[in-house]
Amino acid sequence: MSTAAAAVPSTPAADDAKRPGRAKMEVRALSAAFGSNQVVRAIDLDIEARRVLAIIGPSGCGKSTFVRCLNRMHEITLGATVTGQVLLDGEDLYGRGVDPVLLRRRVGMVFQKPNPFPTMSIKENVLAGLRLTGTLGGTDAARVVESALTSAALWDEVKDRLDAPGGSLSGGQQQRLCIARALAVEPEVLLMDEPCSALDPIATARIEDLIHVLRERYTIVIVTHNMQQAARASDTTAFFLHGELVECSPTERLFTHPRDRRTEDYITGKFG
Amino acid sequence: MSARREAWFTTLCVVALGLPLLLLLVLFGQVLVDSLPRLSWDFLSSFPSRRAENAGVLPGLVGSALLCLGTAAIALPVGVGAAIFLEEYGGNRRMARVIELNVANLAGVPSILYGILGLALFVRTLGLGRSVISGAATLALLVLPVVIVAAREALRAVPHGLREASLALGATRWQTIRRVVLPSAAPGIFTGAILAVSRALGETAPLVVIGAVAYVTYLPDSPRAAFTALPIQIFSWISRPQASFAHNAAAGIVVLLALLLVLNAAVIVLRDRAQRRAAR
Repeated sequence: MSTAAAAVPSTPAADDAKRPGRAKMEVRALSAAFGSNQVVRAIDLDIEARRVLAIIGPSGCGKSTFVRCLNRMHEITLGATVTGQVLLDGEDLYGRGVDPVLLRRRVGMVFQKPNPFPTMSIKENVLAGLRLTGTLGGTDAARVVESALTSAALWDEVKDRLDAPGGSLSGGQQQRLCIARALAVEPEVLLMDEPCSALDPIATARIEDLIHVLRERYTIVIVTHNMQQAARASDTTAFFLHGELVECSPTERLFTHPRDRRTEDYITGKFG
Repeated sequence: MSARREAWFTTLCVVALGLPLLLLLVLFGQVLVDSLPRLSWDFLSSFPSRRAENAGVLPGLVGSALLCLGTAAIALPVGVGAAIFLEEYGGNRRMARVIELNVANLAGVPSILYGILGLALFVRTLGLGRSVISGAATLALLVLPVVIVAAREALRAVPHGLREASLALGATRWQTIRRVVLPSAAPGIFTGAILAVSRALGETAPLVVIGAVAYVTYLPDSPRAAFTALPIQIFSWISRPQASFAHNAAAGIVVLLALLLVLNAAVIVLRDRAQRRAAR
């Protein structure tokens, strides 16, 4: 097993032949619901390889639910349903015979609230994905820990206390620990669901810098309700409203020349 | 004004705490004084006897210890398993709710009914006889609701975000439960086990029905052997007319209390160790 987070830039997966800008994931007519409550409606969207896609929109617009469909986390909620297709390198995630457990190792996720495992040390948190799934095997654990923490820009701050509990870190550090934990599994795509909403501006800036670096190697989808963050951190921005995709454009264009009236109203602060 | 109210309330709380403590102290003091003439190493290591001064509590002590071990060994895996099913899998919500209601009701069933159930099921139908294993199985049924409720509380206290984080890393549900949820819930589950075993230790009625013997002159040598337990032994001494047996009963009570303390302390140490390992 190679380490995804090697110091030298490399492709996360050897078989990832796609160049940056080519579609890594293709979403086709994706709808999602909780029981009879339709929260995502017929989304068509391409997610480009090794670029950052930001998803913006007011609260309750279905943006979080949408990204949770991209690694099949939506369906773990009781009564949640999904229709449509999500292609990862051309293969439908919702196709027959796709194991969501294996899929989630290819499409990692960072959550809104930093959630390091409280019963584990910093080191164990980073290794958690590999240990949980029993795939650590003969891999050099120390090297995985160092490279994942380095990739998450946390190594220098914690290298002397790897055995301290994960919960002893500050909020921003905890979130970077969660990013390191996600990276250690060597995903190809990283989903971030409002990763900075529980953090202060300085910690937020660090995460944004990190996203900038990670985009060299990973395809990133970041959900945010902070439009400045989308403008700073992303290549492409998608605006969601009432469960529908209103507009998806290169970030600069979306914020300067929105095509849709509703996008303009939102980014100029008329609602939301 | 509010400061005076505060003082009032504080006093009230201190009284509410102090009164039961005082009562407990008086009771315990009385028993301790009564037990003094009999409390000795010989009392612990002797078999019952017709003469009060020769009688000892050894079979009861061993029987109670075996019952506790057996009860925990049966009730803990079954109870935690049931709690995991209800909390983590749940599956059919309606079925889960029906089970939940039943568990809650079972906790309120008088213990003698468990004795009758145990007599019919374990002693007769399964042919286990009036044995240690029948007693442990019956007590396990009795404390199962306590274990289930405590384990469910502990599982529910584990933040949902941790489960999601684990699943998002590509862990299966069982891997998530085994490596993330259970370690976080372990201290709470141990606390439930303390409560359950303590209750089992003091139970008398179901054991009487099952057929624990009050006068045993040997130690149980197999799970199928006849047995007695401390509460049964105490009960039988108290019901004797001779005053000297009252001292035996008091001494038995002291032994029972001490056993309870030792057990609780052991589980607390275990729990703390789990917590420390958890926080490492």
